[in-house]
Amino acid sequence: MANAEPGRARHGDDHDRHHQATPSDPALRVKSLESLLIEKGLVDAAALDVLIDAYEHRIGPRNGARVVARAWVDPAYRQRLLTDADAAIAELGYSGMQGEHMVVVENSARVHNLVVCTLCSCYPWPVLGLPPVWYKSAPYRSRAVIDPRGVLREFGLELPQDVEVRVWDSTAEIRYLVLPERPKGTEGLSEEALAARVTRDAMIGVARVA
Amino acid sequence: MNGVHDMGGMQDMGPIQYEENEPVFHERWEARAYAVVRAMGAWRKWSIDAARYQRELIPPAEYLRMSYYERWLAALIDLMIKTNLVTRAEIDSGNLAPGAPKSVPPLTADQVLPAIARGAPANRDVPAVAHFTAGQQVRARNMNPVTHTRLPRYARGKYGTVVRDYGVFVFPDTNASGLGERPQHLYSVRFAARELWGPEAAAHDSVYLDLWDAYLEPA
Repeated sequence: MANAEPGRARHGDDHDRHHQATPSDPALRVKSLESLLIEKGLVDAAALDVLIDAYEHRIGPRNGARVVARAWVDPAYRQRLLTDADAAIAELGYSGMQGEHMVVVENSARVHNLVVCTLCSCYPWPVLGLPPVWYKSAPYRSRAVIDPRGVLREFGLELPQDVEVRVWDSTAEIRYLVLPERPKGTEGLSEEALAARVTRDAMIGVARVA
Repeated sequence: MNGVHDMGGMQDMGPIQYEENEPVFHERWEARAYAVVRAMGAWRKWSIDAARYQRELIPPAEYLRMSYYERWLAALIDLMIKTNLVTRAEIDSGNLAPGAPKSVPPLTADQVLPAIARGAPANRDVPAVAHFTAGQQVRARNMNPVTHTRLPRYARGKYGTVVRDYGVFVFPDTNASGLGERPQHLYSVRFAARELWGPEAAAHDSVYLDLWDAYLEPA
């Protein structure tokens, strides 16, 4: 991933986000809760481990990057992706939880798409994994709909006035994936090499693919 | 409800705090909290809409102070108590209530990946009258339910254009409160930025919202 642009806020000291430990420190509470639920037979301990492993190691933005790269090299796939995203994404083996109703929105020279969930954190898990903290936080949730160009500027992306910015607020169970523009000069690259260049941020719409 | 979670258009929330190479979970407890919430959801005692509503019910100062998984944890505890899966005393003590029965978890390790791959579709194969069609001008209703809704305040009373009919989907406003799925048509509706935010907004920009039939009226 590229270095942060000047002016982009860096993640601060951990105390900014993790306030001082209180008597009800979440780590202790979760440990106590998990033990209780296992003891009551309400959750299966091994199932918890599989769930965590799935989202830490198996399901992440590399999935979406493959979808994007496939669309870049295969015009017929691109068409399928834009008309029936669920089916096209499932062709590559990705489907399911928080991605049951996918729509892919394509960037072009005239249109730039940006995805947000102002009300909570809705995000296309099967293709991007779990959302980053910034996506789920108040600054992005509040500002993406009212000042998308300011948000993009904060990410180092300045768009001309004649480009149309479309912000997709994920208010229902439809999940949006941005199909970024293929960068110039990549004509000779393999699909795998192309996928390696596609970033999560570009598939949310806060960046272009370099 | 008009809670602080309905943040679209709010200002002065500060800079976006970007973290390079951010891990999926910053602490192990977050990973455990995530997994516990998902595993408890398998009991189907509450819908995803009820779960979202429960997070919205966290008192506003707490909601804004808490980290993401702290909110998940707080709402989970509320839901489990509300649905009699656990008692407050059990939560506080960490111990089973005397004589409490032991259950069998519905989600076992071998079922996790298939369950993830299957997901939980929100569309319903039932007939419903579509009151609007693509291309039609609509107005988002001026509605202010005290319970769960997915019509953000910033769009209420605003004029937009139906771009697409996505078909029939579970209606969260009723589903969140246990009043039934009441499936109805869901539309992608485009609102010009200037319609939402005034003449200072960029001329060509727009916001697309996914809105249910009940949120809209003819313009």
